[in-house]
Amino acid sequence: MMNNLIILPIIIPLITGMVMVIFRKNIKLHKILSLTALSASGIIAALLMGENKIDGIQTLNLGGWEPPFGVSMVADMFSSMLLLITSIVSLCCLLYAFRSIGQERESHYFYPLFLFLITGVNGSFITGDLFNLFVCFEVMLISSYVLISLGGTKVQLRESIKYVLTNIVSSFLFLVAIAYIYAITGTLNFAHLSLRVAETGQSGLLTIVSILLLVIFSLKAALFLFFWLPGSYSAPPTAVAAVFAALLTKVGIYAIFRLFTLVFYHEPQVTHLLIGILGAATMIMGAIGAVAHWDIKNILAYNVIIGVGFIIAGLASFSIEGITGSVYYIIHDIIVKALIFLLGGTIISLTGTGKLKDMSGLIRNHPYLGWMFFIAALSLAGIPPLSGFLGKVFITHGTFEAGYYWLGGIGLMTSLMALYSVIKIFMNCFWGETYLSEEMESGTTKGVMVPIACLSLLTILLGLGAEGISVYTDLAVKTLMNPELYIHAVFEGRTAP
Amino acid sequence: MSLLVGLFFAIGTYLILTKSLLRIILGTSIISHGVHLLILTMGGLKTGGPPLLGLQDLPFTDALPQALILTAIVINFATTALFLVLSYRAYKVLGTDDTDQMRGNHDE
Repeated sequence: MMNNLIILPIIIPLITGMVMVIFRKNIKLHKILSLTALSASGIIAALLMGENKIDGIQTLNLGGWEPPFGVSMVADMFSSMLLLITSIVSLCCLLYAFRSIGQERESHYFYPLFLFLITGVNGSFITGDLFNLFVCFEVMLISSYVLISLGGTKVQLRESIKYVLTNIVSSFLFLVAIAYIYAITGTLNFAHLSLRVAETGQSGLLTIVSILLLVIFSLKAALFLFFWLPGSYSAPPTAVAAVFAALLTKVGIYAIFRLFTLVFYHEPQVTHLLIGILGAATMIMGAIGAVAHWDIKNILAYNVIIGVGFIIAGLASFSIEGITGSVYYIIHDIIVKALIFLLGGTIISLTGTGKLKDMSGLIRNHPYLGWMFFIAALSLAGIPPLSGFLGKVFITHGTFEAGYYWLGGIGLMTSLMALYSVIKIFMNCFWGETYLSEEMESGTTKGVMVPIACLSLLTILLGLGAEGISVYTDLAVKTLMNPELYIHAVFEGRTAP
Repeated sequence: MSLLVGLFFAIGTYLILTKSLLRIILGTSIISHGVHLLILTMGGLKTGGPPLLGLQDLPFTDALPQALILTAIVINFATTALFLVLSYRAYKVLGTDDTDQMRGNHDE
């Protein structure tokens, strides 16, 4: 189905951001416009989900060029769900930024950059073309380079140089992979690629290129190649770190899912086993990092890594159960990572330190903060009524079904370690002697509690209302597991040249 | 052509592995040229006419690699400019362009 709505989640934040650049001095206008733009793209994502449910996959051929010649945008249920959740989470982080980001950054284009980042993220989710995916990645990455270094403190500059260099090199590798794929198959459109690869069979050469692509997306998703993540996610201010933790790694994960369910699904004994091994190694190393550190920001950054490994484990199993689990878990993970980063950032701004040993007894003055942290911690570990539970059950079940008992076992073990690491924060921060009176605190929770409460509520609702969203996740899994649906939607029944 | 690409990659990798920030940036810039040439090579160096309507008889060149390269050049230009500014700022604030001396000062 052709649908012009698809382009709007890219266009709206982009144009709004550009308008905001013109009116640099008017911060109030910036705030209003950015709120409106994100809400609008959220509404459109919800509309798209509705249409996906009724009509199936929606496509748009830019400029009327038929695929595979033009650039095509494709919104299937998986993309639309991610679009919606992106809008919700970025809205919450934006609300948090209103109170916490500071005048200096606001007047240096913080809000336009934030919107450009969302443009890139949205674009990556709905593009139907490998090269366009590269372009959207770059839009997202360039904004993230600026956001991570904006403010110019020593830590930020040092970490941003590493971050920028890593990502520039991985972008080059991405281009190299694109060049090889174009040489082998003669096309870059996902649907057409899938057709061509299925026709000629996935030769050894194509498998190697697919592994090159896996390496690139692993760099972005912090799957195994996560050496850059703990440093660069602990450098920027809380609101930015929360968006990064929630969304940027998920874009890489989305790309891995798209490619390895749609195009390179013929040799699972090579590629998907490799993905499983990478996932397991990621989970183990992330868990060790999370347990070993005594600094809030580092613990949370390593928790991001554990989450990535776990989502990928679902893909590695390559069964309907496993993929269903991954879809649930990716949504849960976006919400809960944003939540726990915002909570951690609030604790740091209250106490003025990130070191667990220098804080205690916050629950006396901040009961709500404490209990919400507790909820987030339980949700992260997958305790039943909360949103993490279903994803964990399905992924574990999926890996067991596929015979990867080691993978499921590692997943369960590392989720216990993740629970230990966040409960460690909870116990050290909130229990014990209260020696920070409210006057001595270096920050306040005023105004920042609203977005945190929204996200906490969302994780509870997602857990309780899993039945309600199962209709949508089932559809998402159906299109992920049946590439022909995607191909049929893109070519609208015509035969591909 | 392929040899040239290989040479560019080798030089770029060598430069990225050095300590000085400016050399690292130059290294990324050289690798990017290598990548662009690679796309051109991989697209197939056909000798044909321009891909225009009305010239039906001639075999024509595939224009897509050029379009891809053009986009990649623009993006690379932006990232290199940003990276240069960032490293200049880092040099000003951190007082060094040696990546060895930048690491781990925990007193910030």
